[in-house]
Amino acid sequence: MRKNIANWGNYPVLDCEEVSFSMEEQLAQYVDAHDNVIARGNGRCYGDASLGEHSISTLRYDKALQFDEQQGIFECQSGLTLDQILDIIVPRGWFLPVTPGTKFITIGGAVASDVHGKNHHSEGSFSNHIISMNVLTGKGPVTCSPETEPDLFWATCGGMGLTGVITTVTFRLKKIETAYIRQKQIKAKNLDEVLQLFEEHKHYTYSMAWIDCLQKGDSFGRSILITGEHATLEQLPAKAAQAPLTLPKKMKLTLPFNLPGFVLNNFTVKLFNALYYAKNTKRVIENTVPYEPFFYPLDAILHWNRGYGKDGFVQYQFVLPMDKKDGLVAILQKISDKGWGSFLAVLKTFGPQDDLISFPMEGYTLALDFPVRDGLFPFLDELDALVLQYGGRLYLTKDARMKESVFWDSYPNAQRFHQIVKEWNPNGKFRSAQSDRLNIQFA
Amino acid sequence: MPTVLILGAGSDMAVALARRYAAAGHTLQLAARNPGQLRSLEQDLRIRHRIAATVHAFDALDFDSHAAFYQSLPTPPDIVICVFGYLGSQEKGQADWKEASRILHTNFTGAVSILNIVAEDMASRGKGTIIGISSVAGDRGRMSNYLYGSAKAGFTAYLSGLRNRLWHSGAHVMTVEPGFVATQMTQHLKLPPLLTAQPDQVAADIFKAAENKKNVLYTKWFWKYIMLIIKNVPEPIFKKKKL
Ligand SMILES: Cc1cc2nc3c(=O)[nH]c(=O)nc-3n(C[C@H](O)[C@H](O)[C@H](O)COP(=O)(O)OP(=O)(O)OC[C@H]3O[C@@H](n4cnc5c(N)ncnc54)[C@H](O)[C@@H]3O)c2cc1C
Repeated sequence: MRKNIANWGNYPVLDCEEVSFSMEEQLAQYVDAHDNVIARGNGRCYGDASLGEHSISTLRYDKALQFDEQQGIFECQSGLTLDQILDIIVPRGWFLPVTPGTKFITIGGAVASDVHGKNHHSEGSFSNHIISMNVLTGKGPVTCSPETEPDLFWATCGGMGLTGVITTVTFRLKKIETAYIRQKQIKAKNLDEVLQLFEEHKHYTYSMAWIDCLQKGDSFGRSILITGEHATLEQLPAKAAQAPLTLPKKMKLTLPFNLPGFVLNNFTVKLFNALYYAKNTKRVIENTVPYEPFFYPLDAILHWNRGYGKDGFVQYQFVLPMDKKDGLVAILQKISDKGWGSFLAVLKTFGPQDDLISFPMEGYTLALDFPVRDGLFPFLDELDALVLQYGGRLYLTKDARMKESVFWDSYPNAQRFHQIVKEWNPNGKFRSAQSDRLNIQFA
Repeated sequence: MPTVLILGAGSDMAVALARRYAAAGHTLQLAARNPGQLRSLEQDLRIRHRIAATVHAFDALDFDSHAAFYQSLPTPPDIVICVFGYLGSQEKGQADWKEASRILHTNFTGAVSILNIVAEDMASRGKGTIIGISSVAGDRGRMSNYLYGSAKAGFTAYLSGLRNRLWHSGAHVMTVEPGFVATQMTQHLKLPPLLTAQPDQVAADIFKAAENKKNVLYTKWFWKYIMLIIKNVPEPIFKKKKL
């Protein structure tokens, strides 16, 4: 059925045909019979990456296929979501090796965006933990891994669905003793301090910082660094230790409609950031928390994306090489001068680049939300120019608007990626609104 | 733990039901025409809920095979859920008997054929639950789907009679009348979002109502009232509405 669909940013809204399948034969038949198809998971990418003439929803293709509880190896169909996987594995003492800031994404989406978590600097991105996967390519179904058909494998990790539809994925889990995290929060009064803190805490498995982008002068870049480790059984309070692997209670608030745009003006953003920063009265707080608020603070409010109003928003996430701190300062400066910051500015450091086309490279990454409004896109073009100038790039899964040249100039392996995609998707069958916009042409 | 047999286990509604019953610890018997397609569901249920599940071949239209199918089950089920159905095409069925008979036989004759066998067994054991998934489409014939609707109407009447009969022997029969459900069967239809249920909501409703030995379940609940109104629209007006 044709309908208007948008992903998480509610921008752009496109007229697509959406179909779903629960068996591989149905998928193969549909793909055979149609051109211009693209896989869609739970629509948690922000822009147009999973929208196209025919979007194939994987959400009904959601079966767990294999779980080796001794070795921690899990195999499932691509439409299974991380929250469902956590429900299965956590009570048995396992955790996802890498998880993004929301658990409402599918395994297919995790692979196609090669997602990273708060542990990229220590454990790499999702692809690092994949044993093998099956992909329905333009040339039929193919099994690939770092050893077999490695080109296809690496072009599929972070390849935004352009090599075909990922059908099943086998990956390694991580052993945990408890469902809790030892968390440490440290207030940093400015950018220099938080970068210093990242350096001092780089041996922690998980770390990220909330940054207040609207501050100037001495407080420019003030933030809260949050680090964490999976808590051991001994570290738990007696009561929690009785059932250390219990799943957190599911609590969900939902924002039922779009808030009018004025709710999120500068004033509210400033107020929010001030309160958030002031909430931590001590400089350092250490405590033990269930994994949900640590990894998924935003998931407690379903549909918080509606808070940006009906015009939607874009998320701007870039990465700059480690030695380009001045670039980070220049970009933050520009945002603070413009006064268009967001609730959620997240700063992280990345470890070395994993592979061909995925986003992370060793350096700093910053992600912020901007409500769509007049003048926004020209402003973001100016930021793009700075990102390019300092040797960085933008995260494809968050992108809804970058110009073609920005992609081709900033991803060093773009040509190689394009060649591999052409080989597996020879007729350009798999294409999205994003791949058209970035002119990743195949035929 | 009780054993649940799901007839027509390949559909979205059946998957949701299987997951709901497995979550409560039941043993599952999954039956469908192509049992190979049930393997992934079987694995999924075992992994998620650590329950035992088996897979069986069952063809609603192959009436002669039904007795042998029921005999071959590893244990006689305590709960039998008849989920299979065929929406088909009204327009095609009007001119093409093959389509019409497939609609009628899948939704009515096939269901009666297998449930007769189940009912005999439950009557003799003096216990058990039969859950039949019928449809609000059976409450009143409409020009746009009276083939499907009339078969479901027959099925609804069958279930109510069976309920009355089995009550005397201690077994229970529940009729389920779902309204719009977002499944693969309906994905090409434009359904009103407010009136459309998700399969797992429907499954949760059915699970609870069966535990409470409800006789007839409309899900979502407001369909009972919608259908009450629709049933009472006078025929002269209904005809003009071209529904
Ligand atoms: C609140 C929030 C926080 C986030 N935090 C992070 C974070 O910390 N780190 C991070 O890396 N990302 C983060 N993301 C982004 C998110 O992890 C990715 O966009 C993810 O890919 C979304 O998966 P999805 O299942 O919703 O897929 P979709 O959004 O529907 O699709 C995303 C891409 O994957 C492709 N795809 C989906 N399924 C398949 C398949 N089966 N086969 C082939 N291609 C497929 C699509 O074509 C598309 O290109 C966040 C998103 C939100 C909303």
